[in-house]
Amino acid sequence: MSSVRVLVGTRKGAFVLTSDGKRQKWDVSGPFFGGWEIYHMKGSPVNPERIYASQTSSWFGQMIQRSDDGGKTWEPVDKKFDYDGDTGTHQWYDGTPHPWEFKRVWHLEPSLSDAETVYAGVEDAALFRSTDGGRSWHELPGLRRHGSGSQWAPGAGGMGLHTILLGPNGSGRMFIAISAAGAFRSDDAGETWKAINRGLKSEYIPDPNAEVGHCVHRIASHPTPPDVLFMQKHWDVMRSDDAGDNWHEVSGNLPSDFGFVIDVHAHEPETIYVVPIKSDSEHYPPGGKLRVYRSRTGGNEWEALENGLPQQDCYVNVLRDAMAVDSLDSCGVYFGTTGGQVYASADAGDTWMPIVRDLPAVLSVEVQTLK
Amino acid sequence: MIRVVLPFHLQTLAKTGPEVKLEVAAAVTRDSILDALENAYPVLCGTIRDHVTLQRRPLVRFYACGQDLSHHPPDAPLPEAIASGAEPFLIIGAIAGG
Repeated sequence: MSSVRVLVGTRKGAFVLTSDGKRQKWDVSGPFFGGWEIYHMKGSPVNPERIYASQTSSWFGQMIQRSDDGGKTWEPVDKKFDYDGDTGTHQWYDGTPHPWEFKRVWHLEPSLSDAETVYAGVEDAALFRSTDGGRSWHELPGLRRHGSGSQWAPGAGGMGLHTILLGPNGSGRMFIAISAAGAFRSDDAGETWKAINRGLKSEYIPDPNAEVGHCVHRIASHPTPPDVLFMQKHWDVMRSDDAGDNWHEVSGNLPSDFGFVIDVHAHEPETIYVVPIKSDSEHYPPGGKLRVYRSRTGGNEWEALENGLPQQDCYVNVLRDAMAVDSLDSCGVYFGTTGGQVYASADAGDTWMPIVRDLPAVLSVEVQTLK
Repeated sequence: MIRVVLPFHLQTLAKTGPEVKLEVAAAVTRDSILDALENAYPVLCGTIRDHVTLQRRPLVRFYACGQDLSHHPPDAPLPEAIASGAEPFLIIGAIAGG
């Protein structure tokens, strides 16, 4: 019998939600690390009992926690994220050069082939890797030393590396995204990087061909075909069919193309999900109606999914790492809100139910499908 | 024994109660207390002061004997009441929120 484990990071701790394959009845455990911000948790695809968590605090700094029993118990591992060599500078809010300063880990991405290897995307933007289960971390400095690094600038939420997508095993391909620099691709396991932002248009950037400066909120992909990427940008939902070399807009009939999350159905590479948010000044759903939008055509044609979601007086947000899908035969879709609800759909989005309603603000949601 | 009071978040991290007792062999200063604390509870390295620069983290404060010692030199001797254990050395997370 299959089961699922949903890993929820919140502003005030971590929660682990479990259910059998029917996904109707849920057990909620936590809070773990009560009072700490849990930016992200993710399990190893190689060893699902191995889960990594980013525990952070503006007061007390960064901690990486590790579980080897599926989230029942946790062990603090290393937390030293020292940039490699000369840190150099990026652009500060006032346009002046500003030295890179480590603030927190936004995203943890375990390797597809080795449970001891895990990548960390951090603020100020850089990519780190551990090959000993999180006990030590080393920067992959080729990204930060990309020729455009001195031009990267933080968005209002900081200059976080928030998305890490790993290509097929052995391919050496990786994608990352940074707010507010843009998206980058490596074809040599993170040694060197190429900015992949052609086709992105951002209203306040005068140069339509600017290599960097775009506020990418999230990238998602399906393993096949590997060159197709979907992006929720600050404004605009975008698609690339050539591994990010060129992007085109697929916002289509969305009521708003501002948003944070985007994800892809586990078994249908052209079925994608977004949660439109009214605007960058009004971080809540249009009309106070919480709706997931699904496209079965890889974008442009979208349908509203609202069955089971609040359709009045709902003014929550859904943050960039707070949506995930499981890989059961009937694909499950999950997302968490800043109001503390975690919603689940066991039928690819047709109907929804809240797993929990009153957690702290949800920062991240990941799902493990357990056999 | 030196008495050190930890903020809640660090108690849960180090799996201690609110107060810990430490042997401080050298002169009792802020840095010697923190050295002893981090030696006894390695998980606290980097949480109170930066692990490279050893600078106090901006939102952490130090109090003792009714005084804010946060801006005192880290190697300055602390009051005798701290050294004798009569008074605790308080590590405080800056008050914030709404």
